[in-house]
Amino acid sequence: MSLAKLVQTEARLFARDTTSVVVGLTLPMIILLGLGAVPILREPSADMDGIRFIDYFAPSLIVMSVGTIGLTNLPTVMAGYRERGILRRMRATPVHPAKLLAAQLIVNLVAALVASLLVVASGRIVYGIPLPESPLWFALAFVLGITAVFALGMLVAAVAPTARAASGIATVLFMSAMFFGGVYLPRFMLPDAVARIGDYVPPGVQTLLDSWNGETPAALPLLVMAVVAVAAGATSARIFKWE
Amino acid sequence: MAIIEVKDLVKHYGSQRAADGISFTVDEGEIFGILGPNGAGKTTTVECIEGLRTRDSGSVSVMGLDPERDAKELKQVLGIQLQESRLPDRLRVGEALDLYRSFYRNPADPERLIESLGLGGKRKTPFGKLSGGQQQRLSIALALVGNPRVAVLDELTTGLDPQARRDTWDLIEQVRDSGVTIILVTHFMDEAERLCDRLAVIDSGKIVAVDTPSGLTARVSAEQRVRFRPSAEFADALLLDLPEVSAVERNGAQVVVSGGGNLLQAVASVLARNHIVAADLRVEQVSLDDAFVALTGKSIEN
Repeated sequence: MSLAKLVQTEARLFARDTTSVVVGLTLPMIILLGLGAVPILREPSADMDGIRFIDYFAPSLIVMSVGTIGLTNLPTVMAGYRERGILRRMRATPVHPAKLLAAQLIVNLVAALVASLLVVASGRIVYGIPLPESPLWFALAFVLGITAVFALGMLVAAVAPTARAASGIATVLFMSAMFFGGVYLPRFMLPDAVARIGDYVPPGVQTLLDSWNGETPAALPLLVMAVVAVAAGATSARIFKWE
Repeated sequence: MAIIEVKDLVKHYGSQRAADGISFTVDEGEIFGILGPNGAGKTTTVECIEGLRTRDSGSVSVMGLDPERDAKELKQVLGIQLQESRLPDRLRVGEALDLYRSFYRNPADPERLIESLGLGGKRKTPFGKLSGGQQQRLSIALALVGNPRVAVLDELTTGLDPQARRDTWDLIEQVRDSGVTIILVTHFMDEAERLCDRLAVIDSGKIVAVDTPSGLTARVSAEQRVRFRPSAEFADALLLDLPEVSAVERNGAQVVVSGGGNLLQAVASVLARNHIVAADLRVEQVSLDDAFVALTGKSIEN
């Protein structure tokens, strides 16, 4: 009962925040639609194993969707709730603030899922980008990747004393994830070593790309995502302060 | 009947003793004030009662519940208003009450709370757009939405304008009249004097005195002063002969008579017998401020 109410409330607050809606939910889709409007990016290219740039770039936009929400929105909001005494205020009620945290996780997970679906669906509808060809592998890669990113986001929320500090730390993580995820520079333009590191940086753009193209993703990056998720999640749960 | 019992409560922060052997009881249905300067240990004491802090030693019982052991059960019957706690800026008044209502087994009617707190026109106003006084009233509403038996209100009129303070005081009295026991943490003398049935004066983590507001002032001094401008000359001896009068001073045209017992009546009847009219007659009594200074050796403002 109280969790449902909390989810409803947090979802409303998310929807009222124009930045989180526009940037978090729709910017990756808008970028994809914008890039696809450039004819040459819709031509198959030898640089990208003979596929089109927009096909190659779509997984990076999934990285962006998950990263914006999990690494930027989630930790900033949670640290702000601590800073403003909202978590402490809940400790004064019969419902533990862990439920508010759970509600935040649910709302942000749904938001990241929606943002990713918008990328996949708009790409499919507008530019004929095929749907992920190994849906089960893609689902596994997505779930492990998003969990690792959200666990890192929670870790930031746990250590940051203020919303401003959370936003600062989160920006560094977010930009790293974007860089290694090939959002800033397409990965075929990155030095090989950097691109290989990128395979292991959450949420793991290569596993998304492989499973999207119908290949079986490598096991080690998936395992790394699982380890990051468990380690960061457990650490943040242990050190998280309610006030 | 005692609804809250605090015995030998001790809480340290490092080497600092925020609560140093605090003991008192609160009776059901009373407004019990905790008065003291900033940093005296007031908030620490009530946070141990609320179960928001773990005590180092001593015992606390609220309606027979231990705030640490029975935390969840206690919070069903305890309404808490915290100092300096905010809500998300975009959360609306009605939504906040609706949300907090869902945390309790037997919540109050949020509509009635909104009305009685004068927030009727603000249901759809987001928290960030409320004035300081409205935010404070919402915070009181949230403390009451669980239909508590005991409400703990910490510095509830800080930052309010005089009218809002008086309105809040009226509200607190209504809440008490509905059967809720109230602990009021304050550093305002007028608030304590106006609202509290009994007061605990805390200084440096210790209880200095527990008494009614008038009991506290009586402890310090029973002396009263009567000031007036007489319509005709008279000799000081006329008043000094009265057993109630201890001293007579003259301050220009003004006469200041000090003494005890039924001073005013004694002075007034002697003047009347001698056909002297007392103009600008005023009676001065020891205030709670004076009592506080006498009890703690310092002014509450510091």
